[in-house]
Amino acid sequence: MAVFSPGFRGRRRSTNPALPPGQYEEHGFPVLSAGITPRIREDDWRFSLTTTSGESREWSWADMMALGPETISTDIHCVTSWSKFGTSWRGVSVDKFLDSVGADAPYVMAGCYGGYSTNLPMEDLRGGKAWVAFEFDGEPLRPEHGGPARLLVPHLYFWKSAKWVNSLTLMEHDRAGFWESLGYHMHGDPWLEERYR
Amino acid sequence: MAAIRPETPTARTLVLDAPELGSTVAGQHIDIRLTAEDGYTAQRSYSLASATGARPVEVTVERFEDGEVSPYLVEDVGIGDPLEIRGPIGGWFVWRREQEEPVQLVAGGSGIVPLMGMIRTHAAVGSTAPFRLLYGVQDPDRRYYRDELVRLVGPGLRVDVRYSRRAPDGLPVGRIGAAELATLALSPEQQPTIYVCGPTGFVEAIADGLLRLGHAPERIRTERFGPTG
Repeated sequence: MAVFSPGFRGRRRSTNPALPPGQYEEHGFPVLSAGITPRIREDDWRFSLTTTSGESREWSWADMMALGPETISTDIHCVTSWSKFGTSWRGVSVDKFLDSVGADAPYVMAGCYGGYSTNLPMEDLRGGKAWVAFEFDGEPLRPEHGGPARLLVPHLYFWKSAKWVNSLTLMEHDRAGFWESLGYHMHGDPWLEERYR
Repeated sequence: MAAIRPETPTARTLVLDAPELGSTVAGQHIDIRLTAEDGYTAQRSYSLASATGARPVEVTVERFEDGEVSPYLVEDVGIGDPLEIRGPIGGWFVWRREQEEPVQLVAGGSGIVPLMGMIRTHAAVGSTAPFRLLYGVQDPDRRYYRDELVRLVGPGLRVDVRYSRRAPDGLPVGRIGAAELATLALSPEQQPTIYVCGPTGFVEAIADGLLRLGHAPERIRTERFGPTG
């Protein structure tokens, strides 16, 4: 049963049906991260994918560009309860990395420069729902927002869109990433309010 | 709501009787959810200012001009009113009493709140870990917890405050920069664990400054708030 807050009306800044429960619309772009901001040059950037049998494939920045970037327009939702509508990105679909290795597994751990990690079900990464993104609003992605490249999985809470991503490791069984091991949800669907476990 | 304490003209501390809330650790936060009579809800996260395990729990809320939840919490809600809370949340930006290493705290504005929870815990358990606080604030009227911090200063806690817009007579005006981090903060050789909390720009600048001084990235924990535009 809801606890009513006497006299609270709220600002109702958005009645947009695209706003998941418990979220508010933000026009800035807040930054949330657990530690310092890594500074990685595009020339030094590497991205790897490792299968469950331990085979690994690596891409440089140029290799990634050769896979064919696309433009993405999407809403994003942070677990700290802000949402931002109509953000514009460029990135390479995670499908393209997975297809070029031809491997499959039910779960994936994303790893990052700086040591951050987050776990995702494969079905949330496949089918044009996830990207390695390197541009925001027509500009190179800034380091504090995860540049040079971050994972973009906009249909899940934004901590799943790992900043400074540099690896995907396929897993037979789900394992908790950084925030997940500290009590955040293993899946993170904003429409189901999967914030915490 | 068990009690209310004003901290500054734009912030107050809410003392919350929350018997069902699980055990808390300094640095964690809670979510406060407000529900209007027609079912409309809004929720935000607030850091605990109270010490590990302390009851009742306390949060200090700064009123944001364009805010939706904070004006209600700072101006409208009263003693005895119910508040829906959830938590505690977070296990990274925390200080635990078992930690024996030196600790450097760096606060920008209302970023002092979770760090105050750590300072209160440090005092309550009689920890021998050396603590230092470097606190950046716009002007003297915006300082939180002034009297209590003055009282807690001693061999185990050093506090330095810097004013970025208006300082008390005789004190300089300026932001916390490389010079302050080099002279007032614990040095890299002392291998402190460092907690930085404040607005995004503040945290970015401080974290970069700490790295340039040679502090190890894995010893720096950050918590940020506010949009970057």
